[in-house]
Amino acid sequence: MTPLVELKNISLSFGGVRAVDNVSLDLYPGEVVGLLGHNGAGKSTLIKILAGAYQMDEGEIWIEGKKANIHSPRDARRHNIETIYQTLALADNLDAPSNLFLGRELTNKFGLVDDARMEAETRKIMARLNPNFKKISEPVSALSGGQRQSVAIARAVYFNAKILIMDEPTAALGVHESKMVADLIKELKAQGLGIFLISHDTREMLELCDRVSVMKNGALIGTEKVGDVTEDDILSMIIMGKARDAA
Amino acid sequence: MTDTTTETGADVHPSPTAPKRSFLSQLEIDTRLLGMIGAFILVCLVFNVLTDGRFLTPRNIFNLTIQTVSVAIMATGMVFVIVTRHIDLSVGAMLATCSAAMAMTQTDILPRMLGMGLGHPMIPWIAIVVGLLFGTIIGAFQGWLIGFLTIPAFIVTLGGLLIWRNVAWYMTDGQTIGPLDETFRKFGGINGTLGETWSWVVGLIAVVLALWALWSSRRNKVNHGFHVKPVWAEVLVGLIIAVGILGFVAILNAYEVPTARLMREFKARGDVMPEGYTASYGIPYSVLLLIALAIGMTVMAKRTRLGRYIFATGGNPDAAELSGINTRLLTVKVFALMGALVALSAVVASARLTNHSNDIGTLDELRVIAAAVIGGTALAGGIGTIHGAILGALIMQSLQSGMAMVGVDAPLQNIVVGAVLVFAVWIDIVYRRRMGGKS
Repeated sequence: MTPLVELKNISLSFGGVRAVDNVSLDLYPGEVVGLLGHNGAGKSTLIKILAGAYQMDEGEIWIEGKKANIHSPRDARRHNIETIYQTLALADNLDAPSNLFLGRELTNKFGLVDDARMEAETRKIMARLNPNFKKISEPVSALSGGQRQSVAIARAVYFNAKILIMDEPTAALGVHESKMVADLIKELKAQGLGIFLISHDTREMLELCDRVSVMKNGALIGTEKVGDVTEDDILSMIIMGKARDAA
Repeated sequence: MTDTTTETGADVHPSPTAPKRSFLSQLEIDTRLLGMIGAFILVCLVFNVLTDGRFLTPRNIFNLTIQTVSVAIMATGMVFVIVTRHIDLSVGAMLATCSAAMAMTQTDILPRMLGMGLGHPMIPWIAIVVGLLFGTIIGAFQGWLIGFLTIPAFIVTLGGLLIWRNVAWYMTDGQTIGPLDETFRKFGGINGTLGETWSWVVGLIAVVLALWALWSSRRNKVNHGFHVKPVWAEVLVGLIIAVGILGFVAILNAYEVPTARLMREFKARGDVMPEGYTASYGIPYSVLLLIALAIGMTVMAKRTRLGRYIFATGGNPDAAELSGINTRLLTVKVFALMGALVALSAVVASARLTNHSNDIGTLDELRVIAAAVIGGTALAGGIGTIHGAILGALIMQSLQSGMAMVGVDAPLQNIVVGAVLVFAVWIDIVYRRRMGGKS
């Protein structure tokens, strides 16, 4: 089976700091790969390269067995890569439909933005993702953390992502809402999406992921199947920065 | 109040037991807009009392409208600039450069150097195209410096303020250039109006279009099963719009051309003016231009992708970038549009003066920014409306002309306008905090 995504020997430096140092990772359809590590370990930077937000210095990205050129978020979207950022990346002053369709607005036959249709589509997808979501036509600044998160997730789901990147999707959420996101991840995985998940919550990661990769100081320490490791193994990889075999 | 609107607004099928809502909230008119209209009416009424009824005469209202046009045209563009978290301090100076270019084109370059001769029918139109090119290119260049070279807009346009003001001076050697082409002058206001009959025709067409827009928007919502306001509220809003448009036309039509001027016009055609003949000015072309631009800019803001991206970028530049919006190119577009509007404004301003003078547009940048801000554009970005900016320009102009009519000293006039600007922004901050919005 061809991997959905292959990241080959990716490196990126900011000034003198090697934020990502020769990292290789892959992701298969229907798989969740978790990225773990301290703050500043390079997880978000690596993922932003795949999402088109950063340009790598060295390395290659292969999507479904073909080499892909990703130089902007638009390129990433063309390859059906959708990203849910830690910072949510919503325009606070716009309502949910405008945010959901941002950059891909539905238009009518005159080329004008069709707000009514976008609202109807938003209602449809929200009814599935978060039935409690009612504030459709208000600026998203008026929404709670969980509601904002569902807008961000709806955006990824609506456009039929094949590859989903989730950077701390539950960081701002309460227990109930975190569970909702976890259920959603399982559902999307069952549909055959490949998901990169970043989180600080090791236990949550072991529950949701098929494999976990640990990064430290920009380098990849190791990738393990979750069945093969304990939480303690992972923690020592994060803290000590040593691969399990070498430990 | 906010909460009830929210709930009912979001409810697809409001239950019959929904709590009764207040009269205003059922009309669903922006309360902020109502407040501004209220402030405007208050200003007008106060000045009308202070001037013993001279403020609200058809003549003064006509003058007020044509004086507002130039600043209002630029204010519509400034809304987009400020919404994207930028500023343009160079619009007054750019206006001078565009005006100089157009004046030289129509009085010297085309008639003499290219030998078209004065009064050639193409001259005014070529001049306007030249002005638009100047404005758009200057604006796009400044936008490129801001967007691609990431120099702060404040600095680029502060430099622009010095540069373009003096480019205009250099081009014209500081001389006043005129008189401008006769057709060109028709864009200035009093020299070019529709007359009574056509004003009514335009007014009626506007009413029909406005009502059609209301109806089709309601039909669209009903088709999707969304909440719509009660029929009586819809009818009332339609009625207010119709009365407003036709009332405005009636006032402009009530301003009659002075008999002496009419006699001159008849004489020029070799006729004799019939006894008791009267004619009205009606809607000036410049006002028509402003209205057309206002509609165009509002459609752009609300119904085009460009407009959506402008507001998204203002609300969260990172989110816009990550959504695949080319925010750098967007900055160039916004400033190029601003430049084109400055050029149109230069047409109106120089046509009104009937010549290009070296100090044309001086301090306009401050008036334009003030109009946009009084009109509810937030300097933090992401928020602003076109109609608000135009209303802001109208309020500023009313204050200025009103005080001049009352006989307030010139320094005091500016002191009051400055104080009003600060006060208006404070009121806006308090209002937004009350309404629970952030920014």
